[in-house]
Amino acid sequence: MSALTDLTLAEARDGLKAKKFSAAELTDAHVKAVEAARPLNAYITETPELAKKLAAESDARIASGDARALEGVPLAIKDLFCTENVRTTAASKILGNFIPQYESTVSGKLLAAGAVSVGKTNLDEFAMGSSNATSAFGAVANPWKRKGDNRPLVPGGSSGGSAAAVAARTCLGATGTDTGGSIRQPAAFCGIVGIKPTYGRCSRWGIVAFASSLDQAGPFARTVRDTAILLREMAGFDAKDSTSVEKAVPDFEKALTGDVRGLRIGIPKEYRMDGMSREIEDLWAKGIAWLKDAGATPVDISLPHTKYALPAYYIIAPAEASSNLARYDGIRYGLRVPGESIDDLYENTRGAGFGAEVRRRVMIGTYVLSAGYYDAYYLKAQKVRSLIARDFEEAYKKVDAILTPTAPSAAFALGEKSDDPITMYLNDVFTVSVNLAGLPGISVPAGLSSDGLPLGLQVIGRPFDEETVFRVAGVVESQAKFTAKPDGAA
Amino acid sequence: MSTTTASAESKNLIEGKTGHWEVVIGLEVHAQVLSKSKLFSGAAIAFGAEPNSQVSLVDAAMPGMLPVINGFCVEQAVRTGLGLKAQINMRSVFDRKNYFYPDLPQGYQISQFTQPIVGRGELVLDLPGGESRTVGITRLHLEQDAGKSIHDQDPQLTFIDLNRSGTALMEIVSEPDMRSAEEAAAYLKKLRSILRYLGTCDGNMDEGSLRADVNVSVRKPGAPFGTRCEIKNVNSIRFVQQAVEYEARRQIELIEEGGTVKQQTRLFDANRGETRAMRTKEEAHDYRYFPDPDLLPLELEPDFVARIKATLPELPDEKKARFMKDYGLTAYDAGVLVAERASADYFEAAAKGRDGKSAANWIMGDLFAVLNKTGVGIEQSPVSAEALGGMLDLLKDGTISGRIAKDVFVAMVETGKPAKVIVEEKGLKQITDTGPIEAAADKVIADNPKQVATYKGGNQNLIGWFVGQVMKATGGKANPGVVNEILKKKLAE
Amino acid sequence: MSLDKATVARIARLARIKVPAGEEDALAADLSRILAFVEQLNELDCTDVPPMTSSEAMKLRRRADEVTDGGIPEKVLANAPEARDGYFTVPKVVE
Ligand SMILES: [Mg+2]
Ligand SMILES: [Zn+2]
Repeated sequence: MSALTDLTLAEARDGLKAKKFSAAELTDAHVKAVEAARPLNAYITETPELAKKLAAESDARIASGDARALEGVPLAIKDLFCTENVRTTAASKILGNFIPQYESTVSGKLLAAGAVSVGKTNLDEFAMGSSNATSAFGAVANPWKRKGDNRPLVPGGSSGGSAAAVAARTCLGATGTDTGGSIRQPAAFCGIVGIKPTYGRCSRWGIVAFASSLDQAGPFARTVRDTAILLREMAGFDAKDSTSVEKAVPDFEKALTGDVRGLRIGIPKEYRMDGMSREIEDLWAKGIAWLKDAGATPVDISLPHTKYALPAYYIIAPAEASSNLARYDGIRYGLRVPGESIDDLYENTRGAGFGAEVRRRVMIGTYVLSAGYYDAYYLKAQKVRSLIARDFEEAYKKVDAILTPTAPSAAFALGEKSDDPITMYLNDVFTVSVNLAGLPGISVPAGLSSDGLPLGLQVIGRPFDEETVFRVAGVVESQAKFTAKPDGAA
Repeated sequence: MSTTTASAESKNLIEGKTGHWEVVIGLEVHAQVLSKSKLFSGAAIAFGAEPNSQVSLVDAAMPGMLPVINGFCVEQAVRTGLGLKAQINMRSVFDRKNYFYPDLPQGYQISQFTQPIVGRGELVLDLPGGESRTVGITRLHLEQDAGKSIHDQDPQLTFIDLNRSGTALMEIVSEPDMRSAEEAAAYLKKLRSILRYLGTCDGNMDEGSLRADVNVSVRKPGAPFGTRCEIKNVNSIRFVQQAVEYEARRQIELIEEGGTVKQQTRLFDANRGETRAMRTKEEAHDYRYFPDPDLLPLELEPDFVARIKATLPELPDEKKARFMKDYGLTAYDAGVLVAERASADYFEAAAKGRDGKSAANWIMGDLFAVLNKTGVGIEQSPVSAEALGGMLDLLKDGTISGRIAKDVFVAMVETGKPAKVIVEEKGLKQITDTGPIEAAADKVIADNPKQVATYKGGNQNLIGWFVGQVMKATGGKANPGVVNEILKKKLAE
Repeated sequence: MSLDKATVARIARLARIKVPAGEEDALAADLSRILAFVEQLNELDCTDVPPMTSSEAMKLRRRADEVTDGGIPEKVLANAPEARDGYFTVPKVVE
């Protein structure tokens, strides 16, 4: 059976069409893999019955010859996407046993394309975290382990469950959301591919909001081609989201020409940070060399305000979150902890319902928006955001795409990084600018660290130029020949 | 132009123990936009529906739900702005006003804070005696209404109905330009009249589609503004007047007793006719406004505004001016007639090509009396504008006398028949041929030798008495002018 | 800016979050550390830099005024912790 779970999404899609195996068989193999992988805690809610039902429908369609783009393909959905009649938790206690009466636009599009949902994956509570340690449903273990070291490692975050689920071969792809790096960093930690498209490319309707001006949905898979196939189905204009952009969705798979000749690839000097590990630096150098060999031209560029991206992010994201999370008040849905007065009810419910990191961020956000501090913090951060966006606009006058490491380190063990929140925030140092500027960015597994852990490279593109991002990432992928598999895989 | 005109007119001053006081009033009016669906969702707007039956998942603030703005509500706000001769801001921004309340599902209200869709404008108050004064409009912005909290259903619980949640409101803020309860009432009356002319709000205060927050402070004439109290959600014009009167008195007495007015949000208790501080903790409100990241700035196209401007109806002030000019009405009469579009239309239909003054007199006198007595609106008037016009014509061409006309009008109300028909049936036609009048005059003279003597003795005023007698004899149908001449002639003999 | 307990209490109140007894100091320390971190922005002079609220340069789309939603009270109330007679219910609120 493991053969079926080792297929790429593209291979599975074609195998189903060619009737080499049935959707039922493919789904069954993955449902078993989901069970086998339970020690990883990658799923909050498994949906085997739903999966079997959908697989049966897919087999019927395949038989009658009207298979859709993702007919019979087993996927996992980050538990931040509201799914009709399937519990949605955002990995928080405060949603209690929330059963959405609606399907998010993105997960709905995947189902409409014939995908088979095997479950809802674990994440950092409300997507606030970089290690998946803040989940109210327990931490997720990375299927990868260091050579000769059995300690569980974090999968990254916030979409750690989705990344672990794909890396562990429990599904062929998964959805994620990325507000500051929450798709790209876990993809790098788990040795898979993950792309955050341009802000406005995928509808946010039905996705539990963290920071509305930064949140974007995107896919995880084990190859660049597979993420291209998935993104095409997830993306598209949605009139229900005022920030969704009315733009045709290209066939991203067609962008994978393997030809990057003449492309100018920016190498930002500010990303060469002091204290950056030798391994990461070497990997980056390799990436540059690969693209050069393939006929692209590396160009040194400067993104001068890079060091201010994280501080700006940690004002803007918490500010928006403090307001977005105000609706969790124990009145219309979710957890309610009773109180004498309505205010007691609010404070008890939110005090007990939110975990420590969410409480921290909501309070920071409340503070930076409060009377007398708005200009000094929030307004200032928005101005810095303009400067960061300008840096990229300037750079894209000289280059077609930008190559950087995805994260400053490989996966780490829980508690290895001190519990100082700042140390954790630094994981996103290479990814947040992309969210602030609303650009597309992808992480591709490009090599292994000395202790055998995957490392990723990030390709950043112009707004709505995911095609170039895929094209460059495809070349990095084929040059890197990353074939390693985690032992933790089913 | 506003505050200066609001000088301390002595008639507005309130007598206190320590001398005269001036009350300063500004209004924040929440006007529900007339639209089919809500400001940011496709749920219906309707009063008195089943609880939570007109609520979308957006209005209930379910996780991941997003707002999409209703273009017609934007149009209505612009139309209202133009009606208030206000500046239209081609770029405005929606902000989140963050606070916790059970009927505020999102935990914030989407409103407009620093960049509203409409800026400075003005509104002309029509005051008793046909006086008028201009009040400044500070701004108009679009925002969401909250749901409804019902406190009287259960001793321990408050019930929440979200039907109203997300309904579009225009918050219209005035300058602190009003100086008496009457002026505050006049402001609300005039604003409601303009909104109804424009068709942007039904102005229905008892259904809550028009609610006023009244800001009241007092000061010695010429002194700087005092500390104000905001009286929330007053829902009738009469209550606004009562609330201001009570609150001004309260503040004056407080200060004169050596106390100081605390800035406060208060409620008007209609049963008691008094205001009281809201019990909800007056803890420092900190709304943490910031631009709503789910929405982009609202940008208007010049032709969009031009199109709305081109379709604006004639508004009360212009109508009033035209009625005074074209029909020679007094400011007062014109003001009364244009207050409601229906009465203005009725007047024009009745007055077209006739004497506007007498049309106005008949409408504001006999017709309004009948309407008030029977409690029907002018739209259902038992006497149509055309019918009244017909009667005015009979008066003009002398077919009936003014005195007869009164009876004819009553008959019109009762029978609904045209004046002409009534005059025919009852034979009320005015007698103008002299024969019967001469006869009647001779008889009166013959029957009253004493009066004739006094008259001839030099008491010419008695002529009126003789005319009266002849009119009586002819059942009022004789033309008083003719009677007068004939009598004078005969008595001179 | 380092936050004292009183400020933390004020923010917690604004955010309607009960801070578990004994956690105030740790929380104050964390929040202060985060603020110190974000205050790096003070190094930058941003006079006449326009604030950026969205990465998008597009206009706000406007919907037609049509009734396309509502009429689903059962869905609206489906997840209510407490409801009665079609209403959500909460402890009595005094005005
Ligand atoms: Mg107000
Ligand atoms: Zn308001």
